Amino acid sequence: MPDADAVLLARVQFAFTIGFHIVLPALTIGLASYLAVLEALWLATGRQVYNDVFQYWLRVFAVGFGMGVVSGLVMSYQFGTNWARFADKAGPIIGPLLGYEVLMAFFLEAGFLGVMLFGRRRVGRGVHFAATMLVAIGTLISAFWILAANSWMQTPQGYTLTPDGRFLPADWWQVIFNPSFPYRLVHMVIACYLSVAFVVGAVGAWHLGRDAQNQAARLMFSMAMWMAVVVAPIQLLVGDQHGLNTLEYQPAKIAAVEGAWETQPGTPLILFGMPNMQQERTDWAVEIPHLGALILTHSWDGSIKGLKEFPPQDRPFSPVTFWAFRIMVGLGLLMAAIGVWAAWLRVRGGLYASPWLRRAVLAMAPSGFIALLAGWTVTEVGRQPFTVYGMLRTTESVSPVGLPGVGASLAGFVVVYAIVFGAGFVFLLRLMGRPPTVGESGPETGVPVRSAGITPVAALQDTH
Amino acid sequence: MLTVIWAGLIAFAVLAYVLLDGFDLGVGILFAVERREEDRDVMVNSVAPVWDGNETWLILGGGGLFAVFPLAYGVILSALYPAIIGMLLALVFRGVGFEFRFRAATASGRLWWDRAFQAGSTIAAFCQGLVLGGLLQGIRVEDRVYAGGWWDWLTGFTVLCGIAVVIGYALQGACWLIWRCEGPLQQRARQYARALAVGMLGLIVVVSLWTPMLEPAFSERWFGWPGILLTSPVPILVALVAWLFWHGLSRQHHFTPLLCAQAWFVLCYAGLGISLWPLIVPPDITIWDAAAPASSQEFLLVGAVVLIPLILGYTGYAYWVFRGKVRAGMHYH
Repeated sequence: MPDADAVLLARVQFAFTIGFHIVLPALTIGLASYLAVLEALWLATGRQVYNDVFQYWLRVFAVGFGMGVVSGLVMSYQFGTNWARFADKAGPIIGPLLGYEVLMAFFLEAGFLGVMLFGRRRVGRGVHFAATMLVAIGTLISAFWILAANSWMQTPQGYTLTPDGRFLPADWWQVIFNPSFPYRLVHMVIACYLSVAFVVGAVGAWHLGRDAQNQAARLMFSMAMWMAVVVAPIQLLVGDQHGLNTLEYQPAKIAAVEGAWETQPGTPLILFGMPNMQQERTDWAVEIPHLGALILTHSWDGSIKGLKEFPPQDRPFSPVTFWAFRIMVGLGLLMAAIGVWAAWLRVRGGLYASPWLRRAVLAMAPSGFIALLAGWTVTEVGRQPFTVYGMLRTTESVSPVGLPGVGASLAGFVVVYAIVFGAGFVFLLRLMGRPPTVGESGPETGVPVRSAGITPVAALQDTH
Repeated sequence: MLTVIWAGLIAFAVLAYVLLDGFDLGVGILFAVERREEDRDVMVNSVAPVWDGNETWLILGGGGLFAVFPLAYGVILSALYPAIIGMLLALVFRGVGFEFRFRAATASGRLWWDRAFQAGSTIAAFCQGLVLGGLLQGIRVEDRVYAGGWWDWLTGFTVLCGIAVVIGYALQGACWLIWRCEGPLQQRARQYARALAVGMLGLIVVVSLWTPMLEPAFSERWFGWPGILLTSPVPILVALVAWLFWHGLSRQHHFTPLLCAQAWFVLCYAGLGISLWPLIVPPDITIWDAAAPASSQEFLLVGAVVLIPLILGYTGYAYWVFRGKVRAGMHYH
């Protein structure tokens, strides 16, 4: 058995590298679809402002995508470096799913990204739009496979177990469409869309505050507020369904989320409190009677299993899941409220005029990403102490790499990520701080030469 | 049979990576001698639209290994842990360098990201050589997990392999620039290519002579009968390509040098395959030992058979869209 500190550090390393990584695909999944919509609207209507906003966000996309690629590369090797036993045991199942992600999604994105970013003057409008669409579709395919893999670890099925503890695929359909997968996929894709909507909305709000007549800023703000009013409530419903699914398949996770120790009819909803793992109770709990039962079982006197029903060594660490869940739900409710507020102002004809709405949206800029990270914390910490829920313990999954190795590499990641992603964050802020203008040009100009205009013909056009 | 097909596919993915990202990394390594901003812009722009697709082959190599040879994936990555982590961190700097160097607000910021791009490219190449050498010299495995020490992989042989890969990638980068650039930059690239080719050939000879000494099985494969029938054409072809390379270089061909540099890599890779086959982790683990169950292999093979030709098709298209010479300062008018 590897020592506990090495396991903990390996977990911290995985959490750290994936925590940084996940924000970037979320950004690119949301932005790619947004860009596809903008380009489609531009092609359909011919209105300049759609192209301006497209080009504006294309630059942000380019920087975000580059960071996503490199941090994702790290992830594809994390399984082997720190989780070699997991790789050996679950590799026959997880590996092919990730293999499909690479073959179907990564190559597609990478292949057409060049055309999308730098190809406007080298290919026709139709082909360029096709490239944008393919990149957007690629990001969604990528989400499909990675979430299938993750969901299988949460709710495994469709496998047989060998005597030496390896998982062998028996039915791929069951492996991919495992019970939690549809819920997790929809919940995550919507989360990406909402995260980007609030960033786009905040950038629109910021530039509206400086120039209320900026058409591109108005468009960003308006589109984002439509997303907020339509999609945020949908997300609450999807999240509710996801929760019911979790209750069915991972009851210990729900108990940890709720901070519920006892099994009792008419389970109360604990609004706030601090679950105490040693004393097996939730301190300072503020409860609403019966509400937990109402939400989770949709009945007045229903009950959920409390944490005491599970042996201590099988319990997730409740304080983290408890609070992460409340952050996620709180932000989700705020997003929906902003959407309703904006819709109300829109009906009254003052969407762009309210400084308080602009300020609120600006303050909410990172809310989607924070909620998304909190949600992942809920589901991943809630899966502990297992990597494959109920089947393979985290302590049985790690590599035989000692504490110094994991610690040193973790330090390396922290330093490098702080430098690289710190700088990237500054660059993104700088790009978004620049007001959108009429006649925006994408990544092709503003830098000396991108690959646009490599051919002599294009070069001739450029010299005029 | 299935396992053999998969071994071939993974070998193909890794070869594709070495050939494609090889010149990208080489361009970064050559930042060491190309210091003018305009030249550096041209160099980076020549690979900017395609580097991401090139690096994806590395993800396929790693992901495919995880999917089809999970034991090898786990063992190799834990055994060569520091070299792998070093490569990944270096690739982080290299990858963001493409965008960040254009986004830096000041000249010094830009210089900083240029250095990160150069160092990232060089260290990534060096670490890939370390991984190659570490694999060739063998990995100690007990009970399906790595059983060696922390620095077992670090030997004279692995360091030599690291240097060889850096020189080899730099050669590819120089040949790429000969193809995609013109004027003084192209001329200088020819000079670099000449010097680097000499270095690379020398290192090929040294590594080739050293490898059979690592493992009796290797030398039996190379010098025993009937293996020698298979192995003897490799050095002859290397010499033939060398002749073609100098011919192309002296006649100022644009594309021949790159073709020859890549041919060298293919030949070395073939030699490597001859040494290793059918081992995936020397000295003991064969591809069949490491293989995932047939159902995993079949499931992914269906996708691979359909998708890899498609990928090659649209990757080719992307290269075609961005064909032709890259010029400096096109947007300064």
